[in-house]
Amino acid sequence: MLGYISKRLLVAFCVCATVSAISFALMFLSGDPAIAIAGAGGRAQDAEAVRIAYGFDRPIVVQYLDWIGSALTGDLGRSIYFNVPVTEIIGNRVGVTLNLGVLSFLLALVVAVPLGIAAALRPNGWIDRLALVLAVTGQAIPSFWLGLMAIVVFGVWYGWVPISGAETWQGYILPVIVLSYYAMPAMMRITRSGMIDVLATDYIRAARAKGLPMGTVIFRHALRNAVLPLVSLAAVQLGLLLSGSIVIESVFALNGLGRLAWESLLRSDLPVVQAIILILSLLYVLLTTLADILNAVLDPRLRGAS
Amino acid sequence: MTDVSTETRPATALRKSLRNSGVMIGGTILAIIILIAIFAPLIAPHDPVAQDLSRRLLPPFWHDRAVPEHLLGTDQLGRDYLSRMIYGARVSLGVGLGVILVSGTIGITLGLLAGYFGGWVDMVISFAITTRLSLPIVLVALAAVALGGASLITLITVLGLLLWDRFAVVSRAAAQSLRHQEFIMGLRAIGASRFRILFLEILPNMQSTILVVVTLEVANVILLEAALSFLGLGVRPPTPSWGLMISEGRDNILFDPWLIAMPGSALCLLVLAVNLFGDGMRDVTGPVRK
Amino acid sequence: MTEVLLDIQNLRVSLPTERGLLNAVRGIDLRIERGQTLCLVGESGCGKSLTAMAIMGLLPRYAKVTTDTFQMAGQDLTGKGHAKLAQMRGREVAMIFQDPTSSLNPTLTVGRQLTEGVMRSERLSRTEANKRATEMLDRVGISNPAARLTQYPHAFSGGQRQRIMIASALMGRPRLLIADEPTTALDVTIQAQILGVLGELQTELGLSLMLITHDLGVVAAIATDVAVMYAGRIAEQAPARDLFAAPLHPYTQGLLRAIPVPGVTPRGTELPAIPGRVPGLIGPMHGCAFRDRCPLAGPECANDPVPRLIRQPGQFVECYKAIEPEATI
Repeated sequence: MLGYISKRLLVAFCVCATVSAISFALMFLSGDPAIAIAGAGGRAQDAEAVRIAYGFDRPIVVQYLDWIGSALTGDLGRSIYFNVPVTEIIGNRVGVTLNLGVLSFLLALVVAVPLGIAAALRPNGWIDRLALVLAVTGQAIPSFWLGLMAIVVFGVWYGWVPISGAETWQGYILPVIVLSYYAMPAMMRITRSGMIDVLATDYIRAARAKGLPMGTVIFRHALRNAVLPLVSLAAVQLGLLLSGSIVIESVFALNGLGRLAWESLLRSDLPVVQAIILILSLLYVLLTTLADILNAVLDPRLRGAS
Repeated sequence: MTDVSTETRPATALRKSLRNSGVMIGGTILAIIILIAIFAPLIAPHDPVAQDLSRRLLPPFWHDRAVPEHLLGTDQLGRDYLSRMIYGARVSLGVGLGVILVSGTIGITLGLLAGYFGGWVDMVISFAITTRLSLPIVLVALAAVALGGASLITLITVLGLLLWDRFAVVSRAAAQSLRHQEFIMGLRAIGASRFRILFLEILPNMQSTILVVVTLEVANVILLEAALSFLGLGVRPPTPSWGLMISEGRDNILFDPWLIAMPGSALCLLVLAVNLFGDGMRDVTGPVRK
Repeated sequence: MTEVLLDIQNLRVSLPTERGLLNAVRGIDLRIERGQTLCLVGESGCGKSLTAMAIMGLLPRYAKVTTDTFQMAGQDLTGKGHAKLAQMRGREVAMIFQDPTSSLNPTLTVGRQLTEGVMRSERLSRTEANKRATEMLDRVGISNPAARLTQYPHAFSGGQRQRIMIASALMGRPRLLIADEPTTALDVTIQAQILGVLGELQTELGLSLMLITHDLGVVAAIATDVAVMYAGRIAEQAPARDLFAAPLHPYTQGLLRAIPVPGVTPRGTELPAIPGRVPGLIGPMHGCAFRDRCPLAGPECANDPVPRLIRQPGQFVECYKAIEPEATI
């Protein structure tokens, strides 16, 4: 168990290091970040001044080590646009994204798991067909468009919910529903197929032969094994929701991390963009690593293995 | 039994495809959209980028104020909406195809190498896949397009360089399972080159799996392109892209909601068709599940 | 008077397929008395496992099961639904399966899996249930049983897992145990141990056993009675001694060409191959199902119904050509 976890942590560490290098390198995609910051039409002296002020004149490896070194101490640099620490801006915005991501994730989970189980119990039954239709449409509808249409229908025509912003809790209703619908199909499908596989196993037949009622067989014996693949997928989906909320935040005018990243891109505020990419990547690595560890805890076969 | 079924496999696969409603419905819609995209200049009644500010925001045909020569009305710059919808199919499919060519080439090559050679090659490539998966794709693509200068070519390159992971995972698994099969062992014994084994023997053996991944990825790319264009960092105006059209129609969302309803429905229909076709193909070609 | 634990008349099981209704079990009668070990033998696909699953009520919903009489452990189950059968599972009748490695849930402790049935059906407390589980594990030959209750299945070997499955089946103190190929997936030496355990338990607890197998060595080692199944029907049933000494049905004679001798025939002796194919079971069938492969078949064998020669309760043969053993001497 410990061996397995430390191996996972080592991989996670290497991924983090690589990801940080990539998000750092993104800044140099435009060629010269000094010109990007000073403005493309600006004078050469301005660019030169920026170059020295931000230390772009140093070797790139030195710049990276400097950046990652201060990132490790919690300093992600200063926003060029606002001239305040990046961590401060991010701190103000991260709450909205976390609310949105976590709520959508929970809603998706609450819908997907029971639906997946019900579909698996009667393959090709009406619940299964309904679930399939929901999944297929959910995977085909662009979430930003669904969001806009929802605003038109429920915000404009019926006036049930606010059209934009998250000053009140009602502002979260539409974005959470739209975002969870984006994450639900994959989780539903994996629950369904996992459950179908598990229900066909010998140990389920043996459990039924013991005379256990169907509810016990499903929830104690089948579900625990069927959720093993769901745990890994759920971590991936939560990561996707947090990073994918950029589009939804822009549609519903929510001031979260995604919208911050987008605005920062439009105003070439590169340190903020870098920091957000780094944070989201690390979050993803953290989530998937946690999922692996959780799987090891849930599955005694992995627990014993090293 | 086994040898008979191997012999008749192409025929049964075709017959199964014809009987699979997903393949049939999805395939038909997809074929129609592809034809529309190819023959766009012949079908479109107007130039999709020609503006006519005297005829702005005309409603579509079901509306009283509709004008017969603009069946689906006009947008905020007086451009014919039907023509823009038709040309929009070109952008969606073109970007989808372009990205798949790039990402498929990268992913399949890496996957084959990892699966066939194993050992440290596999470790390095698997690590690359893990790293790629942990990058927030929309954000990185946005940043790359914003910094690399927005153009169709940049968009295709960036998405192509980002979306190879699923190809790599699938072809790695296929190469691993094929590596130990007798005919591959035989080829190795007679000294066939690794290149020949990988690309002329193993690759053709996994074409059905690749086809399924292609459809899944095309759907994924179409949605991503629309999202990026919607955020103003994908296809540049005035090129008609469905995502961009939704973004442009957004200012008129209160009074002219059809401006976003139509391109969005087109996106849904296209992605739905691609997914139906892909899911159907997976059922047809995939291993039979009990 | 002997106690009859299982009495089934005219059991039929059919499964819908793409090509029509597959009549897998076509009217069989089974009778098991207290302390008896009935071995159900036959080639794979003859319907023996389906018979066991039907008795347990474990067949999928789409399978059609009918009986004229169905009595088990003193209860009349004729025409009763699944619910009644479910109540008897684990209490009056229990079952163990072929593959012990996949029959235990990998994510639950062995103790949990042993006790969950009786904690529910007999309302035992955890301590009482654990005490019984320890007893049962000890009885099936698992050493240090109390400590092993907290372990997960992966910590046990295949043979140990089959012992655990047997212990689990016996937790509810059933009177009838159905075992579907319980030793097939195990090593030969382990097979002997498991059969030994089953035999001991049977004498100690007065269990009745229905054992499904295609291993004639197992039959020779443990059976008191044998029913030979062919194409969904019992071709011949007799006490083991009689069947081995003088098989009446040509199919049994074919099977026993390498006659197993109790204690001499090694376990693992497979049924010998008989040339020809089993007829398809889809749709109605007329005459004797074995006639295409039968060396004695004549024109009358295509007629219905095939006569049944009953020598005593629990001993019969269905054949036009079956000859009284006395007549041949």
